[in-house]
Amino acid sequence: MQNQRTIETLIAGFGGQGVLSAGKVLAFAALYGGREVSWMPSYGPEQRGGTANATVIVSRDAISSPIVSTFDAAILLNRQSVSKFAGSVRSGGLLVCDSSVADAAVARPGVDVLSVDAAAEAKAAGSARAATMVMLGVLIGRTQVVDPARVAESLRHVLPPRHHDLIDVNMRALRRGMAIAGS
Amino acid sequence: MKRTSTDTIRREGRVVHRRTPLLTDAHMHYCPGCNHATVHRLVAEVLDEMGLQADAIGIGSVGCSVFIYNYIDIDWIQASHGRAPAVATAVKRLNPSRLVFTYQGDGDLAAIGTAETIHACNRGENIAIIYVNNSIYGMTGGQMAPTTPLGMRTSTTPQGRDARLHGYPLDICRLLRRLSGVGFMARRRVDTPRHIRTAKQAIREAFECSLAGRGTAVVEIMAECLTNKF
Amino acid sequence: MTEQTADLLKGNEALALAAIRYGCDGYFGYPITPQSEVLETLMAEAPWETTGMVVMQAESEPAAINMVYGGAACGRRVMTSSSGPGISLKQEGISYLAGAELPALIVNVMRGGPGLGTIQPSQADYFQAVKGGGHGDYRLIVLAPAGVQDMADFVSLAFDLAFAYRVPAMILADGAIGQMMEKVTLPPWRRRLTDAEIAERYPWAAVGKPASRSRNVLTSLELDQAVMERKSLALQERYARIEAAETRSEAYLTDDAEMLLVAFGSAARIYRKTVDLARQRGVRLGLLRPVTLWPFPTQAIARLVGQVTSVLVVELNAGQMVEDVRLAAGGRVPVEHYGRLGGVVFSPDEILEAALSQWNKTNRK
Repeated sequence: MQNQRTIETLIAGFGGQGVLSAGKVLAFAALYGGREVSWMPSYGPEQRGGTANATVIVSRDAISSPIVSTFDAAILLNRQSVSKFAGSVRSGGLLVCDSSVADAAVARPGVDVLSVDAAAEAKAAGSARAATMVMLGVLIGRTQVVDPARVAESLRHVLPPRHHDLIDVNMRALRRGMAIAGS
Repeated sequence: MKRTSTDTIRREGRVVHRRTPLLTDAHMHYCPGCNHATVHRLVAEVLDEMGLQADAIGIGSVGCSVFIYNYIDIDWIQASHGRAPAVATAVKRLNPSRLVFTYQGDGDLAAIGTAETIHACNRGENIAIIYVNNSIYGMTGGQMAPTTPLGMRTSTTPQGRDARLHGYPLDICRLLRRLSGVGFMARRRVDTPRHIRTAKQAIREAFECSLAGRGTAVVEIMAECLTNKF
Repeated sequence: MTEQTADLLKGNEALALAAIRYGCDGYFGYPITPQSEVLETLMAEAPWETTGMVVMQAESEPAAINMVYGGAACGRRVMTSSSGPGISLKQEGISYLAGAELPALIVNVMRGGPGLGTIQPSQADYFQAVKGGGHGDYRLIVLAPAGVQDMADFVSLAFDLAFAYRVPAMILADGAIGQMMEKVTLPPWRRRLTDAEIAERYPWAAVGKPASRSRNVLTSLELDQAVMERKSLALQERYARIEAAETRSEAYLTDDAEMLLVAFGSAARIYRKTVDLARQRGVRLGLLRPVTLWPFPTQAIARLVGQVTSVLVVELNAGQMVEDVRLAAGGRVPVEHYGRLGGVVFSPDEILEAALSQWNKTNRK
């Protein structure tokens, strides 16, 4: 996937899981890496708990549509997301899903399916709250969609200054995810 | 009768009346006996005496006084029904050195514009509100206003205002005076020369209050609508 | 607030930052999804400490639009933003702005309706923006941004047009553009006008009457029919000048097109990709995007209608702009509509299918 000019990704789960923020981390890392990028959220009325997803497109060329119906890579964090989006990953693409809902993910020929116990891995990295960053690490590790070195810079931008003490643990979670991805 | 020349009067007499410089020559459209004419003149006199013609921006409203911009010679903005305090808010914030005042009736201020009135006063906008309360909708032909007293007959309360049907008269100044943003409030009448003088003094103090940045100034003038008395 | 190169911003954020840079004098708003970031961004930037721009959270949408009316009457560059339900509440004020010939900027970040509707993106307020909205014979200049860069660039365009013609202008965006983040280059800084410059440039403004001129009165009221008709005709004449000089559209691969897509705003953005996909399948599709919805690019569409076999109008509504496209086409070719409602946004593939199916239908005949 590294050689593709455009990589279209989706992150989906519950609101409050950091879905939109993880998308932003990915988007700003791409921006700082000199790529074209779009971040398109679905937004719900609830601040916490509703379903949320973000489409992030990273490209070497100008992006025509920020909205797409199929993806090169997806992180799916809950059952609703798996049933809604598992079939939208293109052949040759990557599907990263939480092991707690992996049974719902139909094995699809030609799709690289990685099931990760995000909460346990994040806890091992230092904070169970960094679960989504583990998953982002898996996605970045497999796809090389952005330079992982740009993620720390991106976190500094996306996290409010009062949470900058969490950058380290988030980076540890990201690297743990990349290790799981085998990169 | 012998004609006395102006010069003779100037030489021998004393001036008891002069035309208010800031009132225009336009023929006022008000009904005979209407208090608006008196209040217009008081506003114009105070603006003139305070030397504010170049510094005043008036906000007109919708009601009998809708044509006030034809009568007082300053810059005017005609607001939609009830929204004059919102219009004045922006005008004052964007022109902090100016005297910004609204001229509103009770239908405009205390019915459709209740929210704008309360919130402008609550924010303590440095504007003055000249509130002429004749307890009726005059321009549209004498319908009940929120201020109409119980028992009073109007074209929409032909049997007299009944609290069970129409609720109670709204004394909005009693609400407004509790708000921290209000810097000056007075209730006056213009039915006798003495009352007219005290009303003028209140208008002057209201303008001074808003120019000094002490918060919203409200002057309620208790007025009569003779045409629509049933 | 340094000079930025490219940043990644939401459409709502880009709009707010562009307004400060443009030298906007005042913003008056009321929270509503999906555009609350405009007010939030302005409050966080605190421009009253730098450029002197006034930012206010009003008590209601009617109050907000009437604050805009007051600011505009003083010759200031003032704006508001909202979404469908709030824009409906502002229609009275917008009509008064038009009637008193006042320049101002109103931004509608559309969501699905009617009523409280949904907070998801939609283009269902086209009729309201383009055909009137409030009472009386009036027009708004309506600009439809297709991406975040347009949200930044259209602030100055809208203000410049509004002041050039003394009419209110509207940026008609939607929730997708307001909420999505894209790379954007913010416009250069411009200085706010001084009081003296405003008095000189806008001699009609109510700023306090000096002895040197007669009083300025900003009103839409006129009870003499003859005078009111003259005023109304003068306004219509101004609208005719705007139609002649300010119509804008953007064509994508229309030179050799056999079939034409017409879409505005976020839809136009998405369907560029549809055009590319269709051409890969051997159908020479072209896209015309009206940038100004009023004045509408009737001529540009009429010219293209001569070379294509059919037209597909794609909108996030039940079929609104399609009426203007049909007027432009004058019955020469079939003009079909494809829409989704309720906040559903379709993908380029979905439109490709719709376009190909229409293509096959038209060319079988």
